[in-house]
Amino acid sequence: MLLALTSDQEFFRETTERFLVEQAPPNEVRRLQKDTAGFDADYWRRGAELGWTSFLVGEAHGGGTISGAGLVDLCLVAYEFGRHAAPGPLVSTNVVAGALSARDAHPDVIADLVAGTGIASWCAPELSSVPGVWVPTVEIRRDGGEVVVTGTVSPVESAGQAGHLLVTGHDGGGITQVLVPASAAGVSIEPLRTTDLTRRFGAVTFDDVRLPEEAIVGAPGEASTDVEAQFLRTLAILNAEAVGAMQAAFDMTVEWSFDRYAFGRPLASYQALKHRFADMLTWVEASHAISDAASYAIEEGSPDAAELASAAKAFIGQYGAEVVQDCVQMHGGIGVTFEHDLHLFLRRFTVDRSLAGTPGEHRQRIGAILDRREVAA
Amino acid sequence: MSAVSTEGAQIPEQLEDLESFRERARSWIGANLRPATADEMRWGRFGGSEEAELASVARDRELQRKLFDGGFAGICFPRAYGGQGLSPGHQKVLNQELVGYEYPARMQVPTLSPCATVLLEFGTEEQKLRHIPAILKGEELWMQFLSEPSGGSDVAGALTTAIRDGEQWVLNGSKVWTTGAWWSDWGLCLARTNWDVPKHRGLSVFMLPIHQSGVEVHRIEMINGSREFCQEFMTDVIVPDSDRVGEVDDGWTVGTRWMFHERMLYSSPYVSVPDGGRQAGTAATRVLGIAREHGRMDDPSVRDLVGEARMLEIVSDELMKRVTESIKSGRLSDQAAAIGRLFKGTTASRISTLALEVAGSAGAAWTDESAASETAVSFLMRQVGSIAGGTLEMARNVISERVLAMPRERTLDRDVPFRDVPRSRPTGS
Repeated sequence: MLLALTSDQEFFRETTERFLVEQAPPNEVRRLQKDTAGFDADYWRRGAELGWTSFLVGEAHGGGTISGAGLVDLCLVAYEFGRHAAPGPLVSTNVVAGALSARDAHPDVIADLVAGTGIASWCAPELSSVPGVWVPTVEIRRDGGEVVVTGTVSPVESAGQAGHLLVTGHDGGGITQVLVPASAAGVSIEPLRTTDLTRRFGAVTFDDVRLPEEAIVGAPGEASTDVEAQFLRTLAILNAEAVGAMQAAFDMTVEWSFDRYAFGRPLASYQALKHRFADMLTWVEASHAISDAASYAIEEGSPDAAELASAAKAFIGQYGAEVVQDCVQMHGGIGVTFEHDLHLFLRRFTVDRSLAGTPGEHRQRIGAILDRREVAA
Repeated sequence: MSAVSTEGAQIPEQLEDLESFRERARSWIGANLRPATADEMRWGRFGGSEEAELASVARDRELQRKLFDGGFAGICFPRAYGGQGLSPGHQKVLNQELVGYEYPARMQVPTLSPCATVLLEFGTEEQKLRHIPAILKGEELWMQFLSEPSGGSDVAGALTTAIRDGEQWVLNGSKVWTTGAWWSDWGLCLARTNWDVPKHRGLSVFMLPIHQSGVEVHRIEMINGSREFCQEFMTDVIVPDSDRVGEVDDGWTVGTRWMFHERMLYSSPYVSVPDGGRQAGTAATRVLGIAREHGRMDDPSVRDLVGEARMLEIVSDELMKRVTESIKSGRLSDQAAAIGRLFKGTTASRISTLALEVAGSAGAAWTDESAASETAVSFLMRQVGSIAGGTLEMARNVISERVLAMPRERTLDRDVPFRDVPRSRPTGS
């Protein structure tokens, strides 16, 4: 992030940064730990006014971009979210808003999401190690003029806060998506625990939930490419946020290494530690590089988008974990206390790492993509 | 500080647009170069016969001449010296279009960069006119006479001595780790011209023909059987003062930029090399080939290892682009080239280990026909990528001290005349 931003993008990034510094300082993040939703409705609405929820939505639905590359613009927000461990359903709401807008479905719901007055989440299928193959845990059956949704999805971000759930299911032959009001009869949500102070997750069960056919988003049985697009966008947002969290932890630790003295010298003067900082900076820069490259490729629909996205998720998850944990190590005991801010970033990073495929799962996908391409070649 | 930036030559007139350049490059390459053979794709492997190596060198000179005649040599070198006066963007396009074709691999590093780029920055007009066009035509292959047997990382501690004798200099000493010096023409040589000042202030840079009496080239055998690396012994080598590059005793100013260009390696906008990018995929594709030969791609743990190799390769490419871009824009100092160097070194090591892991028992014994052939030999040489071109330890020092501005390591050789600096274990203590 932060390379070659247009002046409009930079202005927007700074505006978001300033807003988060004022509205979501570390003590506010700590306070929200006890809050059911994990964020204030007014905070989210004001963020939406800044543009946080509009970038994946077409202009016809009230959305719009700064640079023409909406996902890249959104990743600027995600990066700042990571840098401030900021509250709010950024990933889930944006992905659903973008998915609905792409299929021109449920414009009233889109309008609420863009305005920040509504929240939505995606009940995503399980990841398979074969790219393009999805394993939904939900069945979506058509019955006369209705659809019937059955199954459980877990974890679902902001499930308890969402007014609508975009559900991906199998219908025997193909993949179908429906938009389910959270208030529909047969929807139940079991709250889950997590490491992040302000993110919320739930396990959502659909017990023969019946909806009119109009709930279907896109063509029934043919939603695989939509799911792939949603998945790649999810990866891009999570990656940008993880890089922001890494950068915050790293910057904080560099500062600390100059301030903290031991045996009459700053930590920053010890070669054993300097060399680790060199490794960390290299991994942080590499994470920025691959995160940006993947976001652009996904935005442009380039043929290597899936490979880059998985490379980014795998690399950032693996090496970012080493960076953030080494930041803890460099801090010593204070680094594992609740009082210090470092853990806010460790928490955010850890959640992002585990969502939408771990490093190991994504490495396997990369292997499969390379194998498939070499067969084709 | 420098006359040349990574942006290349500034030409006042409008540069050819990239798409038209791409069209021109594509049609010229298609008409003039032949597709690379599998062997050529793998240049960098060692152990070929001497005759084969010399034939390859001759072919590379021919290819360079073809590129020159076709108007594709020295994309970022000024036209005044035989280059094209174009931008790094044009070089990138050429690199993309070169994928899958033979190209003059041995002409690139270190001839075009860092040697020719150092001449471009510090050479006199006469020196530039004499050598840069000749290099771009494939007539001169250059080597770096930089490292010495007494110390690789401590480059400024050079012991090779140049003593002034009127309008000429007399050089004595030894240089080492010059890849292919036995088939090269010129050496760019860092030498000590003053022993009575601190080490960085008593160095000068010279150029000299390698094949002359007084320069003895000795080929070093490596643990994989390669004899590409050389050591040179210089005895009373006469170099005219007109072949000095930069000011007397100011060689470290030259050396600093020299090493910057060296660290850029194949990311330098002054070299032409097929884009090693995602479609070409070299190292990871080799790991995949080993896995497939043993029918192991159905094993999730093997897919994981192959995927890791590919991941590192992709991230490495993107990191190099980011670092190059960041240096160009001034977001990072040019010392940040060490970031790319560190990542490439650790990545090469890891991929070598991944290949050995995927090879299974073929890492212990193999046939020449096997995809896993030489995997274990490459593993024996694994650390080369972490040593050659500056050790990773030096890169880590540079990154922490010059990029993160952390305190420098204490040194005992900084403010004392070089002749008083301890150079070995004291005897009798």
